[in-house]
Amino acid sequence: MNDIAKSFVSEGRLISEDSLKERLIRLVTSWEAILALLFIIEFVFFSFNAPYFLDSFNLLNASFSYTEKSILALSMVFVIICGDIDISVASIIALSSLAIGWLASIGVESIGVLILAGIVVGALAGALNGLLITMIGIPAIAITLGTQSLFRGICNIVLQNKAYTEFPDDFAYLGQGYLLNTDIPFELVFYLILAVIIGFVLHYTGFGRKLYAIGNCTSTAIFSGIKVQRIRFYNFMLNGVFSGIVAVFLTSRIGSARPNMALNYEMESITLVVLGGVSILGGRGNIIGVLIASFLIGYLRYGMGIMRIPGKYMIITTGFLLIGAVLLPGILDKIKESRKLRRQQKEIDAERSGN
Amino acid sequence: MNGLKALHKNREAMLLLLIIVSILAISIKLPRFLHVENFSNILSDSSILVMVALGQFLVILTGGIDLSVGSIIAFCGMLGALINMNFPELSPIWCVLAGAGAGAGLGLFNGILVAYGKIPAIIVTLGTMGIYRGFTFVISKGQWVTAHEMTKGFMSIPKVSIFGIPSIIIYALVVCLLIFYFIRYTRTGRELYAIGGNKAAAVLVGIKEDRLQVLIFTICGLISGLAGVLWAARYSAAVNEMATGFELMTVAACVLGGVSISGGSGLVGGVILGALFMGLLNNSLTMFKGMAFYQMFMQGLVVIVAMVFNELMARSSNKVVLNRRIK
Repeated sequence: MNDIAKSFVSEGRLISEDSLKERLIRLVTSWEAILALLFIIEFVFFSFNAPYFLDSFNLLNASFSYTEKSILALSMVFVIICGDIDISVASIIALSSLAIGWLASIGVESIGVLILAGIVVGALAGALNGLLITMIGIPAIAITLGTQSLFRGICNIVLQNKAYTEFPDDFAYLGQGYLLNTDIPFELVFYLILAVIIGFVLHYTGFGRKLYAIGNCTSTAIFSGIKVQRIRFYNFMLNGVFSGIVAVFLTSRIGSARPNMALNYEMESITLVVLGGVSILGGRGNIIGVLIASFLIGYLRYGMGIMRIPGKYMIITTGFLLIGAVLLPGILDKIKESRKLRRQQKEIDAERSGN
Repeated sequence: MNGLKALHKNREAMLLLLIIVSILAISIKLPRFLHVENFSNILSDSSILVMVALGQFLVILTGGIDLSVGSIIAFCGMLGALINMNFPELSPIWCVLAGAGAGAGLGLFNGILVAYGKIPAIIVTLGTMGIYRGFTFVISKGQWVTAHEMTKGFMSIPKVSIFGIPSIIIYALVVCLLIFYFIRYTRTGRELYAIGGNKAAAVLVGIKEDRLQVLIFTICGLISGLAGVLWAARYSAAVNEMATGFELMTVAACVLGGVSISGGSGLVGGVILGALFMGLLNNSLTMFKGMAFYQMFMQGLVVIVAMVFNELMARSSNKVVLNRRIK
């Protein structure tokens, strides 16, 4: 084989199959691996330094504090991968919870009806977001900023300074119950199932691929025949549905519907998504990262709580983690780039010396 | 329809008209609303929003957003109040300077991360929103600074009357004039529009985008810091949770004032009127019995209606331009 053909083959290999070492390096320097490593370090640190941390009952029970925000983050992944953002989710939760509380207060006993009401109200609110964003064509951040006040405003008007606190007895199971005879919270299981479904849709279906296409270049996606506006609409509606689901869990867990519930959940779930390696500009990220990020933040909070570190340090840490999470991949990319350049340089040098 | 279009072209006139109509409508129901004292009250209440909305406006103009202004207000307000509490003999001027200086520092940190870390502004400020709020809790040790721990001099910072006008309004006026001059008559100010309009083109023309980003985030932080001290002094209390959610109010004031959220367009006058309208809305609703609970809903409604109206009008005027070209 002559030299030119050889170089073509090696170039082809560069794209299709790298050497084992290269693949290993890429795996180790991937964002998910770094997150997983951070999580392991955190876990080991707390196990040695915090009494009662390493206890299966405690660990499982701590999940109540983060599953709701994590469920919210799952559908937010779709929105953010398309390059949009939704800051109205916390208000949608309050609105759905209002609907559940109102139905319960007028004597609806059926759990199914309550759940359905929460989800339908969430879906409608999400659909309103989606309609305004896709039909009128206003940036998502501006519209959801408005609907954030609008939805929570409705709760303020209806409830004023009161709260709904009467719920059917069985309703508490959803947010407080455990899987039959075990210590595993029902919420946690539900979250993991949802994560698998969302992950499957995102990574193994045409719909998921379209999301990435939209996020990477919207106009290319439009010219490729992807119904961009329709998909964005679905995303916002899905976000509404998930907010409704979270509202069901949250209302069931705290046993009341108040206008100021779930404050700041939108910021916390966006933080999880970005920390999980999803690019805020869209088109990049995966579900594994978000999953690990939710455990990382959830157990950081739990561990710090056990060590009696005040909550203020928690929000500072989360803030730095978020910024670090975006700074680090950029730096890593640069290192990878320079490695690649150096390798290419080496190959060229080798060829020249061979000649 | 033509009248509507003319109004859309002159957004400031529209907002002004809206403000006058609402004032008239309210005063028919509540005659005491028309008192000079009440207006001075409304203006004082809206002054902080006007100032910070202008800082936010600079950031939005370049296509960014600053979600940390609420936390900067809290931190600097707390810092000013703490200095006053621990060193009561110090002139309150130092509290104002310390607050503004700290605000500028926090803004600078945002700016450096955005400009040189190449992180989208929304992410940086989402992060620093938590960080600065956490710092507030750290310096205050979780405690409040209440009215009887502050000196009279500190609490009178926003209330001293200059030519019969409370000084907080003067502060806001000075900020308005400075920003107006900066945006309209300086080269740097015009360059902000260029960056927001088309970043790549602006960089190719030779505009130093990085430095400008740092500059505007610092200005935004400075204004927020100043506003923080005024906030603590005006309400005679420095609370750790103060100004929570205020960042979104400033963004809403900008949007209402016709600033494009994707950057590149907007006027100082629009932002000021937008902020004043929000202030008027809040103030007047609390004057009616039971209407205080409508505040949030009305804010959201106004912002959404303003944006939808804006977009539809822009669309129809685009159509007119297109038709003219075809002919």
